[in-house]
Amino acid sequence: MTAVANRRAFLAGTGGLTIGLTLPLGGARAQAMSAPLQPNAFVRVGTDGLVTVIHKHVEFGQGPATGVTTIIADEMDAAWDQMRIAFAPANDPLYKNLAFGTMGVGGSSAIRESWMQMRMAGAAARAMLVEAAAKRWGVPASAVSVANGVVSSGKRKAGFGELAADAAVLPVPQNPTLKTPDKFVYIGKTFAKVDSKPKTDGSALFTQDVRLPGMVHAAVRRPPAFGATVKKVEAGAAKAIPGVIDVKPIPSGVAVYARDTWAAQRGAAALEVDWDLSKAETRSSAQMFAEYSAAARTPGRQVEASGDAAAALAAAARKIDATFYFPFLAHGPMETMDYVIAKKGEGIAVHAGSQFQVGEMRAICGVAGVPFEKSELIQHYAGGSFGRRATPVMFDGTEAAACARAYGFAAPVKVVASRENDLTGGYYRPMTVHRVQAGLDGAGSIAGWDQVIVAKSIMKGTPFEAMGIKDGVDGNMVEGANDTSQYKIGNFRLGQHLMDTKVPVLWWRSVGHTHTAFVKETVIDELLTMAGQDPVDGRLALLKHERAAGVLRKAAEISGFGKRAVKKGRALGVAVHESFDSYVAQVAEVSVGADGLPKVHKVWCAVDCGIAVNPDIIRAQMEGGIGYGLGHALYGEITLGEGGQVQETNFDKYRSLRIGEMPDVEVAIIDSQEKPTGVGEPGVPPIAPAVANAWRKLTGKAVRRLPFAHGDNS
Amino acid sequence: MTTSFQLNGKPAAFDGDPETPLLWVLRDHLGLTGTKYGCGVAQCGACTVHLDGKNRRSCVTPVGMVAGKAVTTIEGVAGKTAEAVKAAWVAIDVPQCGFCQSGQVMSAIGLLTAKPRPSDTDIDNAMAGNICRCATYVRIRQAIKDAAGVKGARA
Ligand code: FES
Ligand code: FES
Repeated sequence: MTAVANRRAFLAGTGGLTIGLTLPLGGARAQAMSAPLQPNAFVRVGTDGLVTVIHKHVEFGQGPATGVTTIIADEMDAAWDQMRIAFAPANDPLYKNLAFGTMGVGGSSAIRESWMQMRMAGAAARAMLVEAAAKRWGVPASAVSVANGVVSSGKRKAGFGELAADAAVLPVPQNPTLKTPDKFVYIGKTFAKVDSKPKTDGSALFTQDVRLPGMVHAAVRRPPAFGATVKKVEAGAAKAIPGVIDVKPIPSGVAVYARDTWAAQRGAAALEVDWDLSKAETRSSAQMFAEYSAAARTPGRQVEASGDAAAALAAAARKIDATFYFPFLAHGPMETMDYVIAKKGEGIAVHAGSQFQVGEMRAICGVAGVPFEKSELIQHYAGGSFGRRATPVMFDGTEAAACARAYGFAAPVKVVASRENDLTGGYYRPMTVHRVQAGLDGAGSIAGWDQVIVAKSIMKGTPFEAMGIKDGVDGNMVEGANDTSQYKIGNFRLGQHLMDTKVPVLWWRSVGHTHTAFVKETVIDELLTMAGQDPVDGRLALLKHERAAGVLRKAAEISGFGKRAVKKGRALGVAVHESFDSYVAQVAEVSVGADGLPKVHKVWCAVDCGIAVNPDIIRAQMEGGIGYGLGHALYGEITLGEGGQVQETNFDKYRSLRIGEMPDVEVAIIDSQEKPTGVGEPGVPPIAPAVANAWRKLTGKAVRRLPFAHGDNS
Repeated sequence: MTTSFQLNGKPAAFDGDPETPLLWVLRDHLGLTGTKYGCGVAQCGACTVHLDGKNRRSCVTPVGMVAGKAVTTIEGVAGKTAEAVKAAWVAIDVPQCGFCQSGQVMSAIGLLTAKPRPSDTDIDNAMAGNICRCATYVRIRQAIKDAAGVKGARA
């Protein structure tokens, strides 16, 4: 099972079961777009017996391509090695995310939103193959069975390929019978991912790898501060660089076109640009933190309240009053944002790893000045996202469109962002400040909890505003802290301040939970210590959700939390958090490293994400989430210096977790019959507080500011 | 100006500025795109190739420096160690987004060629220059050990 199937194979589809690979590309594309049989827009069965899954989501490492293939192969009773995968074109009627109404994925929703849709698609295809066999053999459908890609009745047998032509003319069943879970053959089992081999031998095609005849390479010189614009360009030095072809102003800066990426990047660096800073964000991070923490001392817009937190806190026997500081964070996907755009008839062909395919194509076509309907998205593997690609109007895509247009579409234009542009270009996890006042009553129970969150809204001013901001409250900012989320606390108040800055912000792997889980889990840990209670038993007594308690018990059990001696100089810290409808608890074993930062030796992780579609992918996502969360908790910080200039320009300053810093990870998956939920993000939120809680045990110091490397200057 | 070298066992040439990094010669001129750009400043390892059999960051290697030498990329790397590493990688599904992995695989092959039975510290040192933003490190370590046939957990 390898690679993305030949595009011709998938474009040959017309919806329903589609046979043959002979249609010319253009016509086939049109047919695919107008396919009336939507339930089967996801399955193609060729006469060669190959089953191609048309995957509607971007694949950047969380494994949905394998997950969706697993579901369809299971409902079809296909053989695993006859399965192929192809990426869907930009087409909302066929391929929209059912939860969003447009193509795209986020919030760890790939499997959650498409679980039933993919099962139906697979089951319908199976039913049609069965019906075709029954007709051919003159037996009732009930006498036909399917196993491992073979359709049979008594001694008669046929492969999918032999039946595909007959099946294609049958009506598509609208309500095919789905399997009962005890009949699953792939779901819940671990086996090879569909893309491991091409991603190991270098043959997987990413947008960065696209090469078209006559293609030129563009690099963009962007402004030194957010919101700055070009006043004057002196391009002589850039044009003198061998290989540089041309220089053009574009709305986001100045584009340099060259015969290779290196000449383009050198050209961009050699431009002498006079910038207009009059409308730019010129505050430093330090200034913004000061303003945010001042705001945190006022109540803000009320998000929710129960009981009377103020009165309870006034009467509390013991109290914590803490302010927490979280910096801007870049996603830093391994592949920087990149696009190849070429003229194609009256439209354009866009090569990309797009997360919101239709929205992004519309925005790109808008800037390019060509009709969306005449244009084509050619989707490729994407080298990571972590939220970086999670916006329909992505600055990088429209910038690439501007580059292609400014060049007059005279040649295909490839724009690969430099790592410097990637890290300094914004779309950060918002800088965030929390203030929490919490206290215990005389009996050691939690008397009250008052929390204020201060940040720039991700959704304000975007197409998601109506969905994400209700009564002035930004759901992303407070998720994980609201709904008195996960603990029974009688007197509770949560407030919010929305701040303004020109720094573009965006979802970052687990979004609001990146900070709300840290605050909730470190404060509860401190309160339990104050009350002389065990961190696990104390949480169990307060948790509202049984599934949260379940993962906490499991993580405690596999780590031996409180039940075994820990090596000298080490301590265990625990955290539990619900996000994206999944529950995760983690225990971290930590010591003080040679550099004075936490050294994390091992992490025990328990996850409840409903039915485990592919347990090994779940384990891999927990490992990856822990590594990603830990790396940023230790080192991650984007800093605006004097004048608003970003200081971290490459991976030397924006430090990444490296192999020697990666803890061993042991994952336990809770056995569940609940609907499957996300795993791409929920592994992230608990790790930072688990480490911080161990750190407090080791050093006596509560952690109020991330990353650890920033030092304790809160 | 023409620079000639051996590329995956065959003669190759680049006509242009000898200061051009090998990475861009491979990717933009010779069409070998398995070697990736991740940082351009020797911080991430995505561009790792073998120069005369040793690990080398192609993003900071001027093509002029490889004149007359042998360059091996992910597309051409072969032999027992290479096959063992690639098989181990696929067997435990190391890749997530996959973008760093050709560099990881090249570094791992370089490590095992120099040290067929590496310790955990050897692995940490040899692989420290290869960032994986997806943090597939647990599996990278395991796959290297599987390929080398060494067992044992970390202390
Ligand atoms: S691209 Fe060469 S080390 Fe990053
Ligand atoms: S697999 Fe994504 S960066 Fe390594």
